[in-house]
Amino acid sequence: MTSQITNNHSAHHHDHDTEATSKVVFGFWVYIMSDCILFSCFFASYAVLHANVFGGPGPKELFDLNYVMIETFLLLTSSFTYGLATLAMTKENKAQVMLWLFFTFLLGLGFIGMEINEFHHLIIEGNGPSRSAFLSSFFGLVGLHGLHVTCGLIWMALLMVQVYKRGLTAIVKRKLSCLSLFWHFLDIIWIFVFTVVYLMGVM
Amino acid sequence: MIDFLGKLTWDAIPIHEPPAVIAGAMMIGGFVFLVALVTYFKKWGYLWSEWFTSVDHKRIGIMYIIIAIVMLLRGFADAALMRTQQAISVGSNYGFLPPDHYNQIFTAHGVIMIFFVAMPLVIGLMNIIIPLQIGARDVAFPFLNSLSFWLFMVGMVLMMLSLVVGSFATTGWVNYAPLSEKAYSPGVGVDYYIWALQISGIGTTISGINFFVTIIKMRCPGMSLMKMPVFVWTALCSNVLIIISFPMMTAAIALLTLDRYLGFHFFTDTAGGNPMLYVNLIWAWGHPEVYILILPAFGIFSEVTSTFSRKPLFGYATMVYATVSITVLSFVVWLHHFFTMGAGANVNAFFGIMTTIIAIPTGVKIFNWLFTMFRGRIWFSAPMYFTIGFIITFSIGGMTGVLLAVPGADFVLHNSLFVIAHFHNVIIGGVVFACMAALSFWCPKALGFKMNEGFGKASFWFWLVGFYIAFMPLYVLGFMGATRRISHYDYSTGWHPLFVIAFVGMLIIAVGIACQVLQILVSIIKAKQNQDYTGDPWDGRTLEWATSSPPPFYNFARIPTISTLEPHWDAKHNGIPIFDESKPYEDIHMPRNTGIGALIGLFAFTLGFGLIWYIWWLVAASGLAIFACVVARSFDHDIDYYVPAKEVERIENELMLRRNKA
Repeated sequence: MTSQITNNHSAHHHDHDTEATSKVVFGFWVYIMSDCILFSCFFASYAVLHANVFGGPGPKELFDLNYVMIETFLLLTSSFTYGLATLAMTKENKAQVMLWLFFTFLLGLGFIGMEINEFHHLIIEGNGPSRSAFLSSFFGLVGLHGLHVTCGLIWMALLMVQVYKRGLTAIVKRKLSCLSLFWHFLDIIWIFVFTVVYLMGVM
Repeated sequence: MIDFLGKLTWDAIPIHEPPAVIAGAMMIGGFVFLVALVTYFKKWGYLWSEWFTSVDHKRIGIMYIIIAIVMLLRGFADAALMRTQQAISVGSNYGFLPPDHYNQIFTAHGVIMIFFVAMPLVIGLMNIIIPLQIGARDVAFPFLNSLSFWLFMVGMVLMMLSLVVGSFATTGWVNYAPLSEKAYSPGVGVDYYIWALQISGIGTTISGINFFVTIIKMRCPGMSLMKMPVFVWTALCSNVLIIISFPMMTAAIALLTLDRYLGFHFFTDTAGGNPMLYVNLIWAWGHPEVYILILPAFGIFSEVTSTFSRKPLFGYATMVYATVSITVLSFVVWLHHFFTMGAGANVNAFFGIMTTIIAIPTGVKIFNWLFTMFRGRIWFSAPMYFTIGFIITFSIGGMTGVLLAVPGADFVLHNSLFVIAHFHNVIIGGVVFACMAALSFWCPKALGFKMNEGFGKASFWFWLVGFYIAFMPLYVLGFMGATRRISHYDYSTGWHPLFVIAFVGMLIIAVGIACQVLQILVSIIKAKQNQDYTGDPWDGRTLEWATSSPPPFYNFARIPTISTLEPHWDAKHNGIPIFDESKPYEDIHMPRNTGIGALIGLFAFTLGFGLIWYIWWLVAASGLAIFACVVARSFDHDIDYYVPAKEVERIENELMLRRNKA
């Protein structure tokens, strides 16, 4: 059957792209909602276990708010620069999209670098995830967010290649919109992590 | 060498355990036979290009159902072993299953029946039916649909592999911590459990999103929410439950994985871990899970009842509201699975009341089905038999459920065989009967021929009678204090006669299953005589009957436009057209087949296997391979094509010719 079927770039191709974009973006929203449930389970675990320090150090001894503040600013700023990339996308300005994506990527990388550095210090000082249930849930929650950001960074790098090679086609734009949702979502999650884990832990 | 294969050594092959050897030999034998058969008939190319790489929802649905039927045999074999063991292992006789093996069997039975029989049956049916009932040409994300199927396959294969390489978990189907922690279950059993469920669970989440978007975004013109067929409504609610609850299972298993692999302390009984956290997380998923299965079953019964009573469904709107109420309520009852674990009287009271409230919308549904039949001209076909059997059986199961929902009573009955009797009463009476009804009901649509009625009805009677004889004694045993999962007891308990009766019931169910297998074989052999040329063998009411059987790969040559709740019925009997025949055929946009889903499945399997056996190079290589597949797919923007209008016309004329010949 497939042999008789030919490519046909007919008039309703454009209709189809619009329709596909609406499905994909909606589907991605739904995925984000389910991801939100995943995070909420990790938050719940942290809420249940955060006081179980098992004779080890608690949040007050371990967290440096100044350090986390810089991390937070890196991530929040990266959300802003992604917003600028989206604006450039609607103006069909490929060079600007590339530029803002590049800045977003750098800021995200900075955030992940700082997080890895924080984890590294905790672990070499003997305060790794095996130390206590509190630290397990801390590494679990913050690590899950970090894992998401890392995936977002890889996705962003690949998308930059697609923007560069193919330009701002309907499919590339759709992908950029999904990543935009993902990136802002991670930003919102981080605000909760920052509040629940760091601020409430230290205050 | 040791490092190269991780923990895997020759000792992992259980040649010293006779039951495992027999089971393993049968499985390997069956597999080799199948491979030889396909090779002999030179069908690998056909299977690959038409099935394994297919993104057609109907074909994916059929593959789900085939696997489910095969796994039903495996799950039933486990049940038969347990019933036999409990019937003979009394007094000085210790039966033929050593305790460790027995524990693996009850764990495997639960996991298989829920994840690899009930889930693929329900998801397979949703695959075949949803797009047809809403007048769409495919699901929203056909590639993801194929990926979901292959991830499910990975779980199934890992599960089966644990028979011959290593062993399965001995922790029960919900795998409670701290028993499932490294300290108490150091072997690979729990790791098999973890990766089989984690990988197939991700597939299920993707399916849930896929169907949700399909139903919300792809209904044909005119189909408002309150004009959706009831099966679509129940599927919609079921998928909402999947989207919300499966991440909780993912989280629970991920945290357990961190505990076992990286020495975290989420659920351990040391270092401040909290095992109750696991119990809460797993049931916060586990309770909605049973509604994920039963809601589509309710949908199936609604379609069957109304079709074979030749009446519109009684109280369509109340059916919808009842379904939605159950969906919401299913999230606030999970604690009834562990009333005895110290939540306190007030918390127990809340969850007890919430649980009993679910009986109200369910009762509404039961009356709706009864009133649909009332004064209908009922066609007593095999699906209708299963429906009537369901109404009676499920009502009894529901009432014992209300009994268990009373915390005080639960303190007596918790962990007893009463619980086993209750949930088999609702799962067999509900989900299994529904799927059997659905297979007969929609077989002509999916495969183009009708199932054999005689064997179908025989299978129903054996299932029904066998069910009551196998499970009613378990209620009594529960009251007598028999706990679940025991592999040996004493004569003085007085339990032995009841266990023997239950054993007889199992044998009768076995005859029922044999009838089903025969039904399938006979139906395939006699397919030519029972061909459905009309596309509408039951005088159906909804859109899936408005296209030919089996439908062309694009489902509908013209997208229907509807204005009523039962568009096909109204088109036939009330002259309200659903297809605009005056317009010429248009080019049809379809997704291309792709092997990426199957490839990702293959690498997800090696990834899981590597993780179970600590073969780290394999884990790294598989992870990279999956990443490469995802990137390749992401960079491939040429994923669809158009079927020219001429081609559509040719296929439609052919189908028309076939219809007229009949």
